[in-house]
Amino acid sequence: MSKDSIHINTHQKLSSELFSDEITLVPNRMGFGEGLLAAGKLDESIVALCADLTESTQMELFKEAFPERFIEIGVAEQNLVTVGSGLAAVGKKPFVTSYAGFSPGRNWEQIRTTICLNNRNVKIIGSHAGVSVGPDGATHQMLEDIALMRVLSNMTVIVPADSIEARKATMALAKTDSPAYLRLAREKTAVITTDESPFEIGKAQVLVEGHDITLVACGPLVYEALKAAHELHKHHISAEVINCATIKPLDSTTIIESAKKTKRVVTIEEAQIAGGLGGAVSEALSTQYAVPVYRVGIQDRFGQSGTVSQLWQEYEVDSEAIIKTVKEIIKKP
Amino acid sequence: MNVLTQKELKLKADIIRQDIITMLTQAGSGHTAGPLGMADVFTALYFAGLMKYDPHKPDWPERDRLVLSNGHINPVLYVTMAHAGYFPHAELKTLRQFGTRLQGHPERTRLPGLETTSGPLGSGMSQAAGMAYGLQMDGKKHQHVFCLVSDGEHQEGNLWEAMMFAGKNKLRNLTVIVDRNNIQIDGNTEDVMPLEPLSMKYQAFNWHVIEIDGHNFEEIAGAVGQARAIFEKPTCIIAHTIPGKGVDFMENDSRFHGMFGTADIPGDPPKAEQGKVALAELRTLQGKIRSEHE
Repeated sequence: MSKDSIHINTHQKLSSELFSDEITLVPNRMGFGEGLLAAGKLDESIVALCADLTESTQMELFKEAFPERFIEIGVAEQNLVTVGSGLAAVGKKPFVTSYAGFSPGRNWEQIRTTICLNNRNVKIIGSHAGVSVGPDGATHQMLEDIALMRVLSNMTVIVPADSIEARKATMALAKTDSPAYLRLAREKTAVITTDESPFEIGKAQVLVEGHDITLVACGPLVYEALKAAHELHKHHISAEVINCATIKPLDSTTIIESAKKTKRVVTIEEAQIAGGLGGAVSEALSTQYAVPVYRVGIQDRFGQSGTVSQLWQEYEVDSEAIIKTVKEIIKKP
Repeated sequence: MNVLTQKELKLKADIIRQDIITMLTQAGSGHTAGPLGMADVFTALYFAGLMKYDPHKPDWPERDRLVLSNGHINPVLYVTMAHAGYFPHAELKTLRQFGTRLQGHPERTRLPGLETTSGPLGSGMSQAAGMAYGLQMDGKKHQHVFCLVSDGEHQEGNLWEAMMFAGKNKLRNLTVIVDRNNIQIDGNTEDVMPLEPLSMKYQAFNWHVIEIDGHNFEEIAGAVGQARAIFEKPTCIIAHTIPGKGVDFMENDSRFHGMFGTADIPGDPPKAEQGKVALAELRTLQGKIRSEHE
């Protein structure tokens, strides 16, 4: 990197192709599929349940390797999580998958009662979250899942930035013994981390160091935040970029440390800002270190059909929208 | 585990019913008809040698599981568990009080011996099916999972998803016992949302079905024995029961689905007296022991 470029945290071991057209694009659900297979090899109590979407949720890899530990539930998301709860009761470690719109979209009460209140070790994987699902339209573009899962006691909520982080998150979750929700996306997105990048449940990672403003992002939009920081640097705005993959428990220490430096925070997510990452960060900062928090994300709307770039532009969550938001904030006295 | 004779079972069930009335009176709220109606089934499961359990080792891996799906009838579960030795009998009077292990609806993490947390209806059968499936995966085919469901609960969609799943997977170590008492909060099940022909519905989903008198210990034991022996299917025991069984003015009256003593009903004892009258009736085995009346 030249001295004109942003201060990428070298400890993060990010991809060397970060701002090049050569950056690898992979859907993060692929990382989940690989992670589940790897975790399954290490722990034979891991079982996989799917609601008729085995291939598109990337559970196929596990199914092929361990057919006797794969359970087809059919199109029945309430049964998906409750059978999962029962399996956990007899010592299995179930990973249950569907599209996020259906699970946890349809079966919230069952997750609340039979998994969270009942404290059973079930991992809920919601794929195809966000407007980036694309042409399938609003019914299949889950935007409320982070909020729905985050309000449940005993629940951990993780939104990996890319496929490598999704793999690591899956393997890390396989070693925990409490309920968790893992949010995945459908489309190919930039692989920004590498095998060497650090990942820890509950730890936010400072990817870029800056001093004018803090960008806290999760999921595939972490890359949009990086691109925005890169561009802002050219306009002499130094943005710190935090990858906040664990929404709950929130790493408020890392976020507050950054806020103390920059005095203003922007959250970035492909989900409803009410109750999502934006909600979580606002709640933490309001009591612990009150600075203005601006929330980039879905602003109380439903999605619609379109391409990823059209939709990210329309819903103002891409790097352009982040840059615009930051410039407006910086202009403020 | 103590296996009681038919006569002893009858007396045990009567004492369990008395304890249900006493604990509900103490708590001041809770459900009445379902617990009284299922007292014989619970007595049989725990005291007729039908279930493998050890109250001193509630997590014993070899135990059979009892999943209470209709969590609101938990008074009968709590009382039976106390009699089985899971916790001190005196603790029954803490039902629904602050700090109790005997929550208004059962919470597994608070009371050792509970297999799950329930209250919202329709999800117990799925959990029981998951347990049965998991036990089979580990080759523990003789460990049985019992799931108790209400009849009104069959209006929940989740339950039919579970029924389909268990039928497809031939979960022979799963037995569902339906409390067919025909009442629910808003009235008669067949008026609220008809369930019949219930037996045929289970059969169509690849279940073995046995219909019994839920107050006849021989029939309960016979059905459970048959359920354990059936090899290729899960079993559904439809237990025809009388809600409020054992207390004349409560029997078959959907107004006693919930708590007694809340309203004066023409022809019934005054509300303040209902608990006392119910207890007297149970203590005298419905008038058969006259000395109690004096």
